[in-house]
Parts: sequence; structure tokens; C-alpha cells
Amino acid sequence: MPAITFIHPDGKSERVETADGESAMQAATRLGLDGILAECGGNAMCATCHVYVDESWLARLPGMADDEDALLDGTASERLPNSRLSCQIKITPGLDGLVVKLPERQV
Amino acid sequence: MTASGSPASTGSAAVPHLDIDPFDMNFFADPYPTHQRLREAGPVVYLDKWNVYGVARYAEVHAVLNDPATFCSSRGVGLSDFKKETPWRPPSLILEADPPAHTRTRAVLSKVLSPTVMKQVRDRFAAAAEERVNALLDKRSFDAITDLAEAYPLSIFPDALGLKAEGREHLIPYASVVFNAFGPPNQLRQEAIARSTPHQAYVAEQCQRDNLAPGGFGACIHARVDAGEITATEAPLLVRSLLSAGLDTTVNGIGAAVYCLARFPDQWQRLRADLTLARNAFEEAVRFESPVQTFFRTTTREVELSGATIGEGEKVLMFLAAANRDPRRWDEPDSYDITRRTSGHVGFGSGIHMCVGQLVARLEGEVMLTALARRIAKIEITGEPKRRFNNTLRGLDSLPVTITPA
Repeated sequence: MPAITFIHPDGKSERVETADGESAMQAATRLGLDGILAECGGNAMCATCHVYVDESWLARLPGMADDEDALLDGTASERLPNSRLSCQIKITPGLDGLVVKLPERQV
Repeated sequence: MTASGSPASTGSAAVPHLDIDPFDMNFFADPYPTHQRLREAGPVVYLDKWNVYGVARYAEVHAVLNDPATFCSSRGVGLSDFKKETPWRPPSLILEADPPAHTRTRAVLSKVLSPTVMKQVRDRFAAAAEERVNALLDKRSFDAITDLAEAYPLSIFPDALGLKAEGREHLIPYASVVFNAFGPPNQLRQEAIARSTPHQAYVAEQCQRDNLAPGGFGACIHARVDAGEITATEAPLLVRSLLSAGLDTTVNGIGAAVYCLARFPDQWQRLRADLTLARNAFEEAVRFESPVQTFFRTTTREVELSGATIGEGEKVLMFLAAANRDPRRWDEPDSYDITRRTSGHVGFGSGIHMCVGQLVARLEGEVMLTALARRIAKIEITGEPKRRFNNTLRGLDSLPVTITPA
């Protein structure tokens, strides 16, 4: 299964094995990773699973829908050009090795 | 295959039939043993009392919520099937609608209640919570439902909507009718609808553009008419959705949180030691108490769900509260733990109809619990809590408490 890496604001990194068809958010919450809240449970309604995607991976991610784009305007930590909601990043084999940074705050 | 009625003719012999009335006063008084019975009987059950299918385990509740094409909302999310009965009020354009119609109206309310908008109202909501706590500290002994769980949302939400000062006393009674009306034609529903005329008249009037103050959520909805996203006749009905679902739900949510924190002093002390837990303490109360207990869907086709065959046009009752305490999904489901990872609970629903006001609810809960925990050392229950009975909502009518200042 593809593995992805979350980098915490303090620089500590955690490598996470994903399960079949999971989103990056689902892998993180299943394993109890701090820094992803996912209050809405993955329905693209809350903006509390915000991540900064490593620039080298950005172009390989699935495109951004309008609702994700609008939610990112309201994130607790600043929105940057590489901001995404991790519930909208479904992990496919092509995303094995993906690296994302966690923001300081989710609420 | 019949559309409804005799379950024997629907070919679902494997589905256990239960003689349970989940809208009965005795059930409301203590639903937990019955929730367990419902979960343990099977993934899908049939309730002979109302001729409906039921799901009470997390997996099936989540599955039904997330398959709106099969389990639709446009035939009503209560027991009444809009295809066979005239709804008691014009149907909601968002709650009682399916895609694609739902997609358009949902987008409007999502925008009006977005994370960006929450940032704008946060300071105002937090200041009102501080004020409320000041008033409670002056009293020391009070009713945590009327003086806190109701008083706080009433002090901010109608203003945030842009409602006039007059007539606000209709808001909670109107919401109570709406949520009773999702139930079966029992005494609660019949009496609620019989009393509803003045509340309906008030609400219909307040939803009009001229009656909503500029800058409020209501005016923002009407502004989408100018942008061409909704029509002028749709806007008032979308404002009505906020009036129906935006107040009584948060009253019961905040009431649930205070009731939990008063009953479980160890959790109260954890919160006092770390105020950043306030938001999750509220979220966990929504899981634990599930202020919205149930919703129905109607099948649009014959469907197999966890081995059970359900015919077309059948009502399926989702026990959100039972799913939120399903041991298949939650560790120690019956304990209130403010550090629990609550993500995935269905207290706000799930999928395309998940509560559009969830961010408002969380904001109110977070700032209120933060203000309480900062200033109060102890909350003691000083009298017998009284339950408020409603076909859909779970909450208290009265919770006498005494607080000790920090």
C-alpha cells in the first residue's frame, strides 16, 4: 500500500501506511495522528484537515473542486498556494511517497 | 413487490421484526437499552409499529447517509412519505431535496455559513458567551437549560440572522414543531402541528427580504438572488431552513455539553486544565447525546443493504444516536471522553445533507465552554433534571445547577 509522510510544524515527520482507497485525512485519523482534526468526517464541509502539499507533488494531485477552494479561504492557518484539504486527496499508487506539511492550527 | 405495508411480501424474511416504538415516551426516557437491542438484532431491522426499516449500527447508518441516490430525501426525512401524503408545510429546498436541485441550494447556504464567515463572527459570539457567564456568576444557582443553553444562542443567533426584535419567542416553539413533525402521527406530532399556525405565520413573515437586517445571514441568502444563484421565491424558504434548524439544535447541543460536564466532573477538570479541549468537549457531547436522534430516508429502488433486501418506496429510519454509540465503531462508546477522536460521528449526519450549520454549532459550543471553564471551578446538579420530549430532538427541559466561581 502507498505510504505518505506528514511533517509536523516542529519538523517531526511521521510516515503513514495508507489502506486501500483511503484519503490522506482518513489515513491520518485512523492512525490517531495529531494535527488533522477532520471535524466533518471527510465531507468537505469544515476545513480542519488542512495541509501544505510538498511543491514537487502538487501537480500530481487530483484537481480542486469549487467547494474545497472556497473552504480553503477560511482555514485557521494561512492559505498558501500549496494548501489542500487532505480529505480530498485520495491516495492512489501514484501518490506513494507523498509529503505534506501540517499547519500550526486547524481551528 | 409492494411499495410498503406487509413486510412478508417484500421478500426480506432475514430481516428481524421488532416490536419497538422509537417514538414512545418510555423509549425517550431511556433509549439506550433499546438502541442496543436494535443494534444487536441485525444490521437492518423492521419496526412493525410504523412499518419502516431501521438501521442502528454505525456502518449501515453511514452507508445510508452516503447513498442519497438510493436513499432519497425528497420524499421527506420524517415518517410521512411526500409521494403519498401532503407535507404539513411546503418542503424544505435543502433538507427535503435531492440532487441536482439540492446541490444549488446547498451551495448557497454553505457559502453563507462558511469557515470564512465564522472567522468574522467569532469575536462577537465569544464576547456574548463571556457576558452570559458574567450573568450566571451573579446568579450562582440557575436553570442550565433556560438561563444558559437557551439564553446564549438566543442572544446571538437571531441577531446573526438579522431578525427583528419582536416575535422571537416563536423561534423555539417553531423549531419544536418542525422536529416533532418528522415523527409518526403520535400525540407529540399532532399537538405540535395543531399549535403551529401562529409560529408558521411569524416565520413566513420574517423570511421576507425586507424583514432581515443588512449584513445578517438572512440578507446574505437574499443577496444570492441578485447573483442569479437562486430565485426570489426560493430565498425565503432557505432563510426558513436556518430558522428551523439553527436554534433548537444548538440549544440542545449546548445543553448536552453542560449536562455531560456537570455529570462527569473529571472531564470538567480536564477541560479547565486545558481550554483548547473546549471544541472537542462540545463535539463529544454531540456524539454522546446526539441532540438529533433520528432521520428517515426513502428508497428510490430495490436495494440490498448488508444482506437485507429493501423494496422501492420504503422508509428507512436511521438511528444516529445508536450509531454514535455502536461498539463496532467506538471504544468505550458509553463514556464521555473530551479527548476522544470524534471525527466520523454522525451527530451532524454525514454526506451531502450533513448539517450545513455545523460550523455555527461548533463555534457556539467552543466559545461557550471556553468561557464557562475559564471562570467556573465547579458545576453541581442541584435538582432532578427534567427531560423535554420531542420526536427527533433529545434534550432537557430543565437542569437546576449551582456553580462555584474559579
